[in-house]
Amino acid sequence: MEIKAEEYTIQYIAETGEINCQGSLLLSGTEEYAPILNLMLEAAEEQAEHLTLKVTELEFLNSSGINTMTKFVINVRNRKSLALTVVGLDGTPWQVRLLKNLQRLMPSLQLQMQ
Amino acid sequence: MNQVVNSETFGDFVDVMPEDVEYLIIGFSANSIPLKQRWRNNGLSADFIADYLQTFFVGLEQNQNSHAVPIPTKSKNAAKYIANELLENAMKFSDDAVRYQTRIAFHLYEDKLVFHVTNAIESDNVDKFRNFIKRILTAEDPHELYIQQMELNASGEGDGGSGLGFLSMVCDYGAQLGWQFKTLESSVVLVTTMVSLTV
Repeated sequence: MEIKAEEYTIQYIAETGEINCQGSLLLSGTEEYAPILNLMLEAAEEQAEHLTLKVTELEFLNSSGINTMTKFVINVRNRKSLALTVVGLDGTPWQVRLLKNLQRLMPSLQLQMQ
Repeated sequence: MNQVVNSETFGDFVDVMPEDVEYLIIGFSANSIPLKQRWRNNGLSADFIADYLQTFFVGLEQNQNSHAVPIPTKSKNAAKYIANELLENAMKFSDDAVRYQTRIAFHLYEDKLVFHVTNAIESDNVDKFRNFIKRILTAEDPHELYIQQMELNASGEGDGGSGLGFLSMVCDYGAQLGWQFKTLESSVVLVTTMVSLTV
């Protein structure tokens, strides 16, 4: 499954249980982010044990995008059965910050800083 | 005719900034281009501002990249994030019926970077916005409010806007916020948001 636009690509690879976010996400609110959130939730639905969210290739995320990521993490947390790993870049302060915030919402979240 | 009849400020707000420092002002005319088409310009303007500022930050010592400190002001992401959020808000909540220009300005001082964004706001949104501002300014722990707001949005009880923009500026970027509401004789309400970041 993939959502591809000029500025960004969101890809779900079922075989590896990985969601990869690339590019700049500057959409204008819940409605515009809905297809992306839906793709992520479908991935969570499909994977029984473990899912990885990769943001290393994400260049920019606005606050509506942060809202989308937090909704996704809270949804996974509430499932209680699915382990989630989020991968970000250690040298990119906003990614580190985002990952820490997500971990506050879901303490069992695994952070992987590259 | 358009005299200010009422003015109210909240938080850390300074109206007139001295202009003997680096500054840049961009104005957007209130025209008939639909919001959606104009949306892309927010990112482009924010990118431009961030790139422009990088010139002044090059060679300066970067803040410590510790996980505990907020996102450094000198990182390109900080200027882009703040400028983009301010422009997005201005576009979202502007009163299109009022032909008032939306204006974004930054002033760069030795120790701080200050943004001002001014736009006309729909009268229906004024009270809601004021209440949200008061919630941020009176919060004992903004980080707690940030997390609460995330939970609220996820539960579907948010009221449309995510409310995370200003909270992320405070919590993730260490920003100080201030606002000024000006009511004009024509009953148009102008709101200026000021965001200060320590450089």
